[in-house]
Amino acid sequence: MATKASRSAARLMMAPAVVLLLGWMLVPLIMTLWFSFRTYLPLRGGDQGWTGFDNYVRFVTSSAFWPAVQTTLVIVLGVLIITVCLGILLAILLDQPMWGQGVVRILVIAPFFVMPTVSALVWKNMFMDPVNGLFAHLWRFFGAEPVSWLSDAATPSIIMIVSWQWLPFATLILLTAIQSLDSEQLEAAEMDGAPHLKRFWYIILPHLSRAITIVILIQTIFLLAIFAEIFVTTGGAFGTRTLSYLIFQRVLESQNVGLGSAGGVYAIILANIVAIFLMRIVGKNLDN
Amino acid sequence: MGQIQLKQVTKSFGETQVIPPLDLTIEDGEFTVFVGPSGCGKSTLLRLIAGLEDITTGHIEIDGKDATDLVPAKRGLAMVFQSYALYPHMSVRKNIAFPLKMAGMDPAEIDKRIENAASVLNLTDYLDRRPGQLSGGQRQRVAIGRAIVREPAAFLFDEPLSNLDAALRVGMRLEISELHERLKTTMIYVTHDQVEAMTMADKIVVLRAGHIEQVGSPLELYHKPRNEFVAGFIGSPKMNIFGGAEAQKYGGTKAGIRPEHIDVSMTDGTWKGVVGVAEHLGSDTFIHVHETGLADMVTVRITGDISVRHGDTIYLTPQLEQMHKFDAQGLRIA
Repeated sequence: MATKASRSAARLMMAPAVVLLLGWMLVPLIMTLWFSFRTYLPLRGGDQGWTGFDNYVRFVTSSAFWPAVQTTLVIVLGVLIITVCLGILLAILLDQPMWGQGVVRILVIAPFFVMPTVSALVWKNMFMDPVNGLFAHLWRFFGAEPVSWLSDAATPSIIMIVSWQWLPFATLILLTAIQSLDSEQLEAAEMDGAPHLKRFWYIILPHLSRAITIVILIQTIFLLAIFAEIFVTTGGAFGTRTLSYLIFQRVLESQNVGLGSAGGVYAIILANIVAIFLMRIVGKNLDN
Repeated sequence: MGQIQLKQVTKSFGETQVIPPLDLTIEDGEFTVFVGPSGCGKSTLLRLIAGLEDITTGHIEIDGKDATDLVPAKRGLAMVFQSYALYPHMSVRKNIAFPLKMAGMDPAEIDKRIENAASVLNLTDYLDRRPGQLSGGQRQRVAIGRAIVREPAAFLFDEPLSNLDAALRVGMRLEISELHERLKTTMIYVTHDQVEAMTMADKIVVLRAGHIEQVGSPLELYHKPRNEFVAGFIGSPKMNIFGGAEAQKYGGTKAGIRPEHIDVSMTDGTWKGVVGVAEHLGSDTFIHVHETGLADMVTVRITGDISVRHGDTIYLTPQLEQMHKFDAQGLRIA
């Protein structure tokens, strides 16, 4: 279809965008790599030259590293389990014909539009505050001692906040997947003697499997990087220091740019591993 | 066993009644075809029998037992859907095994039945493929296989051939007819194609707007259509139906003559007309004749070939004993 002339014209037209995006990505990436091999302490002598892999070794051998990895995994897995399970349930519910469907769907999507900082603050101050929060009132109403969520159950609280933000995304993707299921398949299964739960297990769930994989992978990439929710609620205390928060602390609180950069490179590698899986699955999806 | 009886069955969607009170008996072992133009309620009727839709009033009996409130799975019927409705994530084997697995059957017995069905339907080589890797005809056979293994009281087919190409359709038509000969199970088959109805059915039920227009064997419907609608619907090419003075001459408000019951001459005959398009099929020739004073166009079917050209004058003579006459209500005058 395309002639040689139109192809080179297309390349020319795309060039500015490609150069811009490439620069946008490459400059910070190269700077991170550069600093990760240097001892750079802005308030304690500045750039002090090459150190080889020292920063990389120090980052993984520090006592904070493995707990941070564990916290990251707990939060990512917790949020994934909650959003996928509730997402499937909500998607099935929203797929049923009901009055006010349009409004309900918009309401369900709404949390996704709230900025992470804002939602975390709202949760912290309006719901989880041990004195004035709605939960505290609720607990007192039933005669129970209010829980100080963000210090006594910090990780579950953060999982709850982040799940609330990401549930709409999961619901939306799963809802569209459910809607693409051929109703005759469900009827055939009904004729074949499969009751509701078995129809869900044998027909609906396999049909959703690809959508679920995509939800898991996309969310994983974003969840590995959650920051604002931790920053405004616990500030990394009470065992909520994730890998990305650790990097932030190394750079800004310890003022060690080299060490933080090394952590950043680890994070880049981790995110790319997930991204490769994502690309392959999305690609497979497009083939069919 | 598989006698199905509908007693005063009606179905309404909201305010609109799509099936007015309807009585019908389908005998055990019979191949019954529901035929009618699109939107006549034939698929709805099938879904009512299957239990996929609730009937509004009336009763459905299967083998003399009231099945009105039974869930689909308990009715002992198997259905083949228009889209085949195969489970895309399961292999052919698992698709066919699914109803048996749901019934909690013994795995050895399941395997035996699958092998049986696969050999009957020539699917043995494809048992481990996914539906997506099969052709349309093969998918159709898997859908039929999934129905057979349940050994149902009756099979329900919802336009199963409409997604196949013409050549395959003829082949599958034969296969389904042969299957019926072999299994001797009641089959209910929904189609809008009267050729399928004529070739496969023991009994045809012609439906229009939810009403049963006529029930009978294919030849009964062909030779003695109860009314003008059935006369026009059954038979290909369509019957020529005309009104006016010419019809009254034969003793009806309207009269009809099938294309194959008209004799043609180039010199003299009852009606004179001008040749329009002539369709040469080799074995037959369909001539569309205009300006006869009867209808816009009269179709004539001639066995063999005839050399007529567009614009030729032609004379037509109806075979009087084959003439159908209808009264003002459109009913047949015997």
